[in-house]
Amino acid sequence: MARKFGAADFYSGLVLAALATYIIVQARQWEYLGPDGPGPGFFPLWYGIAMAALSGVLVLSSAWREKSAERVEWQKIGRALAVWFALAVSVAALKPLGFVASFAALTFFIAAVMYRRPLALAAAVAAASAAAFYVLFPLALGVPLPAGVFGF
Amino acid sequence: MQGFAVALQPANLLWCLVGVVLGTVVGIMPGLGPPATIAMLLPLTFLMNPAGAMIMLAGIYYGAKYGGSTTSILLNVPGESASVVTCLDGYQMARQGRAGAALGIAAIASFIAGTVGVLGLMLVAPPLAKVALSFSSPEYFALMALGLAMVVLLAGRSMVKALLAMLAGLWIAGIGTDLFSTTSRFTFGRMELLSGVDFVVVAIGVFAIAEVLANMEAREETRLLPVPKGLRNLLPTVQDLKDCRFAFANGSVVGFLIGVLPGAGSTIASFISYGLEKAVSRRRERFGTGVVEGVAAPEGANNSETGGALVPLLTLGIPGSGTTAVLLAALVLWGFKPGPLFIPENPALFWGLVASMYIGNVMLLILNLPLVPAFAQVLRAPAFVLYPVILGISIVGVYSASGSLFDVALLAAFGLLGYVMRKLDYPAAPLILGLVLGGAMERALRQSLMMSEGSLSILVARPISAVMLSLALLILLIPLFTKVNAWRLRALDS
Repeated sequence: MARKFGAADFYSGLVLAALATYIIVQARQWEYLGPDGPGPGFFPLWYGIAMAALSGVLVLSSAWREKSAERVEWQKIGRALAVWFALAVSVAALKPLGFVASFAALTFFIAAVMYRRPLALAAAVAAASAAAFYVLFPLALGVPLPAGVFGF
Repeated sequence: MQGFAVALQPANLLWCLVGVVLGTVVGIMPGLGPPATIAMLLPLTFLMNPAGAMIMLAGIYYGAKYGGSTTSILLNVPGESASVVTCLDGYQMARQGRAGAALGIAAIASFIAGTVGVLGLMLVAPPLAKVALSFSSPEYFALMALGLAMVVLLAGRSMVKALLAMLAGLWIAGIGTDLFSTTSRFTFGRMELLSGVDFVVVAIGVFAIAEVLANMEAREETRLLPVPKGLRNLLPTVQDLKDCRFAFANGSVVGFLIGVLPGAGSTIASFISYGLEKAVSRRRERFGTGVVEGVAAPEGANNSETGGALVPLLTLGIPGSGTTAVLLAALVLWGFKPGPLFIPENPALFWGLVASMYIGNVMLLILNLPLVPAFAQVLRAPAFVLYPVILGISIVGVYSASGSLFDVALLAAFGLLGYVMRKLDYPAAPLILGLVLGGAMERALRQSLMMSEGSLSILVARPISAVMLSLALLILLIPLFTKVNAWRLRALDS
């Protein structure tokens, strides 16, 4: 039987192996066992070793496994990542623009771009949602929201 | 009586009602679960009285179990994973024009089993807490190891991936300042990480944000099926109730017992209860064609499980699922210490919670029978409004907890991590449990080794910890036993 590649498990295993290596290297710099008992390096060293061993198992087993017939639906993943990117941009915009403006922009993007709603409807939903958050949280409940150059 | 004095306070009654209504709505909505909702709302509860907040969050937890059956029966779409099995007979009943009877029996079974589950919690938790008082650090370490092993066993098809997720959770728990030695660990030189990564940030990211991202994959909004009309006859017939006698008892007992086991959860409880009902039924060949017991048994089990799951959470401080892990974090954040001393130190909170669950179950029965058609309208909420609102509440929740934009950025990062984990079949529950138990587990291990002056033999020299660690090891070695592992995989596939 031809050996085939379980790509997702293989690469995720490699990433976890890198994380395990980082944990072990860091843990070895801290005290392992001191006069008062185990030091800060004791527990991380052991779970780091366990992680390294298990990620090794995952990498090796994925290399021996039959390739899955299931196709990766990149278009769907692309949609999810587009929303995540929009979220990341709106989070980055929280400091200069504040919550209300950046949340309105995020809502507009999801309604207009991701769900292809008419621009007027998307703008109305964005404005109404942002206003509702502003009224509910800072005004009614006294929960602070990040404020930007506009003061809200 | 003390519990009812707390639960019947007007404010707590209101929070109970808010919790069960929210829970029902969350249960009805496919794609938004109780862990995500509780995690999102958790920071907003910091302004509340802890008793009211706990009553509300618990209401969301068990209320969702009621709501989950509605879409299973009406639309053949389970609102909750625990209601998957309800689709088998519930939807068939609806197709035969008996949607009202199916919804009615689901509500009645949920009420009976939910009440039995609370009764079990009331009877089992205090004596178990007394037993746990004799536990010392080695027993606690072993107990947490056993709890994590159980969760890993049942979290997904690949135990290697579940273990890796759990270890990643332990690592995230280790980020920050070590309280024994004041050493900074894994902080990447960032001041913001010295106090560690807030559990709320990870939980909201991995559950709520990842859930929104996963739901955004579909280009079109989910086509909402019309909610059937004519739900007037919501009360089942006397014959239906007679047919369900054993199903009520089965769901109540199986649900509670499975709930007490860490990791098993309400989905497994509902499947086992359905399987048992089918096995003992005189008309087992008709299961799957719309028999009323096929609705009553799983719906009862997934409600009774809630009471069971609170037993290890409140008496041992060990959560068995993502939702109870979030509840544990809530208790810790409010300044409580779930464990053997929780009940003696906080009798008003514990008994108030228990009493509120009785009241909440009555509220749910009253709400669910006449208001099912109204609740089902929730399914008409447009996705382009709903998902931004969930993202907004998530951001507000994290920001209100810490006032830190760095935490909000971490939220986005953990949202992406949660989504990637879903795509690659890494279960989220072990990561969350590793995170919530990591600190306590390391503390218990280090205290044990201090007691023994560095010798690991203390973990196996004490009988209780030796038994629990042996069980944990046995569980982790299950993949090596081909037949047992095949059974595990079949159970997970079913």
